[in-house]
Amino acid sequence: MAQEKRLMKGNEAMGEAAVRAGCQAYFGYPITPQNELTAYMARHMIEKKRTFIQAESETSAINMVFGAASTGSRAMTSSSSPGISLKQEGISFSCGADLPLVIINVQRAGPGLGGIAPAQGDYFQATRGGGHGDYYHLVLAPKSVQEAADLTYEAFDLAEQWRMPVMVLADGMIGQMMEGVSFKEPKDPAKMPRKPWAVGHQKNREANHIASTQLDPEKFNIVIDERFRRYDEIKAKMQRYEEQECADADLVLVAYGTSARVSLGAMQMARELGLKVGMFRPITLWPFPEKRLSELADPKRKFLCVEMSKGQMIQDVRLTLNGRSEVSFFGRSGGLIPTEEDLLAEIRRILNK
Amino acid sequence: MTEKTFMAGFGGQGIISMGQLWVYCGMKEGLEVSFFPFYGAEKRGGIARASVIVSSKEIASPLVTTPDSAIVMNMDSLPLCEENLKPNGIMLVNSSLVKTSPKRKDVKVVNIPCNEIAESIGDVKFANMVMFGALAKATGALKLDKLEEVLVSFFGEGKSKFVPLNMQAIEEGKKAVAV
Repeated sequence: MAQEKRLMKGNEAMGEAAVRAGCQAYFGYPITPQNELTAYMARHMIEKKRTFIQAESETSAINMVFGAASTGSRAMTSSSSPGISLKQEGISFSCGADLPLVIINVQRAGPGLGGIAPAQGDYFQATRGGGHGDYYHLVLAPKSVQEAADLTYEAFDLAEQWRMPVMVLADGMIGQMMEGVSFKEPKDPAKMPRKPWAVGHQKNREANHIASTQLDPEKFNIVIDERFRRYDEIKAKMQRYEEQECADADLVLVAYGTSARVSLGAMQMARELGLKVGMFRPITLWPFPEKRLSELADPKRKFLCVEMSKGQMIQDVRLTLNGRSEVSFFGRSGGLIPTEEDLLAEIRRILNK
Repeated sequence: MTEKTFMAGFGGQGIISMGQLWVYCGMKEGLEVSFFPFYGAEKRGGIARASVIVSSKEIASPLVTTPDSAIVMNMDSLPLCEENLKPNGIMLVNSSLVKTSPKRKDVKVVNIPCNEIAESIGDVKFANMVMFGALAKATGALKLDKLEEVLVSFFGEGKSKFVPLNMQAIEEGKKAVAV
């Protein structure tokens, strides 16, 4: 049942959602603009006698998550772009070990140390397997404080269902802004289903080993093939998106997260001018919602990809549309958020109206 | 109804608190709300700005670029607010600190001597609450009909003793807006 609405920052709302999802262990290291999330977990995890550790580094934090997840505990970490880069080794190892865990990335402007303002430059890293090796993991992209809470809550279930890390890919705007949010019922960590694959609690069974290594190429090939069959199943079942006024649209804006909020505003302004503009918002970035987007392809319909980067998701849009529609790009980087007015001007330019 | 407000002043003037209280009241009145602060190195005397929206429908971009109303709490904020404000928008100016008149003639300027009014209540720190009342009155975006209970839950129990003076400041701010 939905609780009464609370006014919260996105960072705090993701923290509360994780606590309610039954997160038993949080490991993090401070970085702007996600600090409120770590601070929230420090207060509330300890209050509930669960595990909170501020690690000595991001590398350490992700490996602590690996350890906790190996025991079958619901475990998570959070960071922002440069910190997520440091965690990539651990994420690759977790994917190789098929461990369910949750990672939140409140993106800021990069590359390098970059800036602390909102950005979406980590799309490639998040959706292409940011570490070494041949792997993917679920990537969920919230557009609001409410959705940030809902997706974080669900991320723990999805991680266990699909036996993989799940990343919530937010940005500085989602993390720092306040909106009304209501939460789902808290889950009791003590009542979580037992995981037969987990280490620890060894009684009357063979020891479980959790590792990402396999030195026999023949055997390793089988393991990877099996994992990729799971990826195919995820692609078939997990593609999520939101669609607004695409049916009659001459131009469809494709955007996720904060960019989708800006796109919605520009779309509404365009509609008021009588321009047939729609919006397609991927909610899962991996798997990319290619089935529905592909159905929208039409030689008479144009697409405009809107991102807070120099253009990353546009590659998935182009792959999906496969030359059947014209695709162009509009973006801001360095920590700038595109304005509804500038995007509207671009829409009018493309439609010659 | 959608009211997009841009609030600007210097760190320590209570810009962030004012914005948060505004959307909190909006949420309690059943509206969709968003509050997005300029974040970075927060410090007294630094830049304090916030994009604040209350609306009866889903809010698109939380970043306010063409505000319906702007709050100018100090001199430095005037040029920025003047540049962005929508034609026929409302500019609420803290005339205690802002001594220059806006150049634009296509906006409605409301001068509120927030610091003087706050001092008459007992503390210049109430200046933001005076402005809060003025914003409610000038825009009509919020009813503020359950203000007392909203303030009690906003401040929390430990600080509830400050509620009456804040209510008085908000009331004085409303009165300061000529009908």
